[in-house]
Amino acid sequence: MMTAVRITLTVNGTRHDDDVEPRLLLVHYLRETRGLTGTNVGCDTTSCGACTVLLDGESVKSCTVLAVQADGGEVTTIEGLASGDAMHPVQEAFREHHGLQCGYCTPGMVMAAVSFLAEHPDPSEDEVRHGLEGNLCRCTGYHNIVKAVMAAAKTPAAPRA
Amino acid sequence: MIPSAFDYVRAASVDEALAQLAEHGDEAKLLAGGHSLLPLMKLRLAAPTVLIDIGRLRDLSYVRDGGNHVAVGALTRHRDVEISDLLRAEVPLLAHTAGLVGDPQVRHRGTIGGSVAHGDPASDLPAVVLALGGTLVARGPGGEREIAAGEFFHGFLETALAPDEMLTEIRLPKRPGAGWSYQKFNRRAQDWAIVGVAAVRNGGAGVALVNMGSTPLRATAVEQALASGASPADAAAHAAEGTEPPDDLNGSADYRRHLVQVLVRRALEEAGARG
Repeated sequence: MMTAVRITLTVNGTRHDDDVEPRLLLVHYLRETRGLTGTNVGCDTTSCGACTVLLDGESVKSCTVLAVQADGGEVTTIEGLASGDAMHPVQEAFREHHGLQCGYCTPGMVMAAVSFLAEHPDPSEDEVRHGLEGNLCRCTGYHNIVKAVMAAAKTPAAPRA
Repeated sequence: MIPSAFDYVRAASVDEALAQLAEHGDEAKLLAGGHSLLPLMKLRLAAPTVLIDIGRLRDLSYVRDGGNHVAVGALTRHRDVEISDLLRAEVPLLAHTAGLVGDPQVRHRGTIGGSVAHGDPASDLPAVVLALGGTLVARGPGGEREIAAGEFFHGFLETALAPDEMLTEIRLPKRPGAGWSYQKFNRRAQDWAIVGVAAVRNGGAGVALVNMGSTPLRATAVEQALASGASPADAAAHAAEGTEPPDDLNGSADYRRHLVQVLVRRALEEAGARG
């Protein structure tokens, strides 16, 4: 065990201080240290996007970020999107348009979509498809996912994470 | 997958990073965005015992007008290169190609300096810097030095950077009115190029190849043919000369030697139409 490092992370609005091993990946910090298992590990090789979370408002693949790199930052996971009982407009749109089948890719897909919409508030369908290129779905194909993101883009005053 | 254990130090300045490099030598690696290094460490293909995190050196994240060139700080993320108005106006080949690296999540973390210093022949940006005839600025214990892009890539993941040096800036010459093109051929949107071609043309041409050997390669035979007045199609027929493309599950070496000729022709035609 190499020297542990003290980090401070704000996760879904709550501040935490932890001593972590430098090699601890952000996704393992979230799932194991914080118990937030909504973020999935899929390929574990920066490809599939299942582990996507927001770091300081931008989508990142948490299997390829060290927890120590995120020190001082704000992380939003799928658990932090809803406000009480009110789902985030992107979550609501995925439900409404059934943008999922097995659901494994869904948390990462939703977080990637939230980040994408913050950068592209009025996207074309083509831009949505390219904007989600970092997330793989192996069940449904992408038809309803794209439909959901297009619908969420049209939701008035959608909160951006 | 979990990397081997390492000690973590965070550099608050370039000088501090250089001091750490001097102290730890070959055992240490610089960590910028980590999107080349961490995947290698997770696969245990790299196992540095010390990581020196330079990811917080915000003063190395910039795009500046240098008169006859544009200077890009080594820690500028792909996303910031992609959306830079100055680069879009003055070095559109770089801004465009930065938007094709990996996927949005990768572009939120990966940096231009990390990509160039990693020197992966399959990466997009090293070939762009080569085609543009860029200059790499490195700092080490002896001060700062400039390295021409053509002298920078030495071998597979090997560059002209000494173990105690750090890449700080990438300079791209302005080429007003130049036509340009980047051809990236892959099967899945986020993949590395099976073969890629960066081209820029006004008067002389710069053409560089992705994933056609152990380093990013300048297509000198193509450039010479163009200089002698060959058409894009005739010049492109020389694209595989002097290359040693890899054989892997994405394509045989023969397939790549064919593909590179097709892509160089497309790149030259597109650059010609844009010029």
